[in-house]
Amino acid sequence: MMPIWEVFVRSKGGLSHRHVGSVHAADARMALEGARDVYTRRMEGVSLWVVPSAAITASDPGEAAALFEPAADKVYRHPTFYKVPDDVKHI
Amino acid sequence: MYTVELSKENFGDGEAVLDAGRAAAFEARVAADEFIEPKDWMPEAYRKTLIRQISQHAHSEIVGMLPEGNWLTRAPSLRRKAILLAKIQDECGHGLYLYAAAETLGVSREEMTEALHAGRAKYSTIFNYPTLSWADMGAIGWLVDGAAILNQVPLQRTSYGPYARAMVRICKEESFHQRQGFENMMQLAHGTKAQRKMAQDALNRWWWPSLMMFGPPDDNSPNSAQSMRWRIKRDSNDELRQKFIDVTVPQAEILGLTIPDPELKWNAERGSYDYGKIDWEEFYAVVRGEGPVAKDRLKARVAAWEGQAWVREAALAHAAKQTMKAAA
Repeated sequence: MMPIWEVFVRSKGGLSHRHVGSVHAADARMALEGARDVYTRRMEGVSLWVVPSAAITASDPGEAAALFEPAADKVYRHPTFYKVPDDVKHI
Repeated sequence: MYTVELSKENFGDGEAVLDAGRAAAFEARVAADEFIEPKDWMPEAYRKTLIRQISQHAHSEIVGMLPEGNWLTRAPSLRRKAILLAKIQDECGHGLYLYAAAETLGVSREEMTEALHAGRAKYSTIFNYPTLSWADMGAIGWLVDGAAILNQVPLQRTSYGPYARAMVRICKEESFHQRQGFENMMQLAHGTKAQRKMAQDALNRWWWPSLMMFGPPDDNSPNSAQSMRWRIKRDSNDELRQKFIDVTVPQAEILGLTIPDPELKWNAERGSYDYGKIDWEEFYAVVRGEGPVAKDRLKARVAAWEGQAWVREAALAHAAKQTMKAAA
């Protein structure tokens, strides 16, 4: 059985790689060649990453609240939290 | 290209009682048009329905390569050959995007392939019709891919994230399929008398099967309501079919071809075309695998899979050897 690889494409220079899907392949080289045929037939990218799916550790959706909600009551981390007089410039 | 949900079963919702809280939260998220992602909790019936719908859709893309492959070596020009080859590659790509999306639901590629080859999984009935002339390559692109686009566009907003994202890619590519088909038909329709006849004959054979691609009439589509609620189906079969007829009839007029339906008539009051009765007996016969070339299609798929088993085995053996060498 062929292992699954997750495919990431950099659509153009200056942008980060973005997940687009997966392919089955025996090894990394074959995964790159498969990803090229499946995900970049129309100039969708200038660079590819393939990562064994098994190597990815994902956060548990059940823990999403514990992980992400504490940020909701820390509005002082945003610049808009701070009031400054209208006539103060360049800040 | 596209498949309709063909082998639907009713699922008991006993689990909803056991897991009422999570189920209610899930239904609320879907109702609010939020996306469900692979690791999120989902009702078992939702997971199973999606696996069936996505895998059948994938199978349709894969089997859909066969009727077109039939004409690849006999395309009338290098231009047409390059276009057809690109289209067939796209169908393969679409199948792979969709298999990848289905795999995120916990089904393996092998299980899906096995279900197709054993005849347990369905694919779109449209591919069980033969491609008898070159004009069929035009008619398939124009009508079959045209119908597929109408079916697929709403699925870009389907509730399951990986499926929706695959559909976005597919829809982008599908438009090329339809336009090259129409252009092909136009060239034939404006060609010699024999070419015009060939184009008309292709339209005659593909029109009704294309209308059937939208699935059974709404009053005979029992699980539609649940699929609509889960946002894995977003428009009714009959609505989409009517939309297809309304956009396609004027295109046929531009081609100077005649839609093979004597009852087709503009209804000013409805702002739509009235159309003749669809032969649903034929549809169900094709679903049961009695299509003219159903057996050939599966035989070709199984032969390709088995004939290439040695390539997969060799690739895995090579990878294992390289890993061993690197470790040594």
